[in-house]
Amino acid sequence: MFTGEELILACSAIGAGLAVIAGIGPGIGQGIAAGHAAAAVGRNPGAKSDITSTMLLGQAVAETTGLYGLAVAIILLFVKPLV
Amino acid sequence: MTSMLAAEADFMIRGLLKFHLFGQELWITTTHVALLIVMIGLIIFGVFANRSMKRAKQVPGTFQNIVEMLVEMLDKMVNSSMGKNAKRFRNYIGTIFGFIFISNISGLIGLRSPTADYGVTLLLGLVTFVLIHYNGIKKNKVGHFTALFQPFALLFPINAIGEVATPLSLSLRLFGNVMSGTVMLGLWYGMMPLLFRLGVPAALHAYFDLFSGAIQTYVFCMLTMVYINDKIE
Repeated sequence: MFTGEELILACSAIGAGLAVIAGIGPGIGQGIAAGHAAAAVGRNPGAKSDITSTMLLGQAVAETTGLYGLAVAIILLFVKPLV
Repeated sequence: MTSMLAAEADFMIRGLLKFHLFGQELWITTTHVALLIVMIGLIIFGVFANRSMKRAKQVPGTFQNIVEMLVEMLDKMVNSSMGKNAKRFRNYIGTIFGFIFISNISGLIGLRSPTADYGVTLLLGLVTFVLIHYNGIKKNKVGHFTALFQPFALLFPINAIGEVATPLSLSLRLFGNVMSGTVMLGLWYGMMPLLFRLGVPAALHAYFDLFSGAIQTYVFCMLTMVYINDKIE
């Protein structure tokens, strides 16, 4: 009922969907960072620009793992290495 | 299904012109064209900025004001994270800042962002890699390599992987962010009915191209400076 290639494509699509679940981690991490940054600005409004830049840097580093998931998904969907 | 999706949602790199060189098949792609346009834009801006600075007035006009603001902003950014080494890296950071920022927001004028091509971002990451180690070796001589065996020799593999992962994570971060924006907008333009394709994408462009692009530019420059400064302080 399926040819081999169709099966691989279908499984690649499922795998891509699973790979993007990696986005949960960075979401939680960035939320925590933003929350703490908000608390820090509340305590010390004078240091707002420093806090913002530190927060952005930390969030960008936390985002990396999610982007690995995205890269895997994009490769599975559009490069089709397994077909 | 796949072919239908590919036909309607257009966000992949397209080859425009094929030619052969040394037996290799090479393509001029949309990335090259976008890069060329970005470059021309930056060069024109640079020439005009130079001319305006050569006859700088005591009371600056609009354009001179913008250029001065840009330079001051970049100076502040480099100074705050590199301290006494800022002088040597100001020009490089300014260059990649301008290039990455204009590349990221080139989606606004309908180009496919050059930074949504892994070839471009990997090269930027490798330039940073070379800079990190060139400056590290220049500063610490042999100490740059023995630092890999700190705090004890058993940790060498982990330290080595950490060094190699730096350009990869830098380039993948920029690529992933810009690419995800490109894919989102491509899907929106390709899949939505006409009613939703008018007006709504403006908000998406503002978020994915302007906001995300500016943040990623800032982050790339900051991380480059942090990594280099880590080796030479």
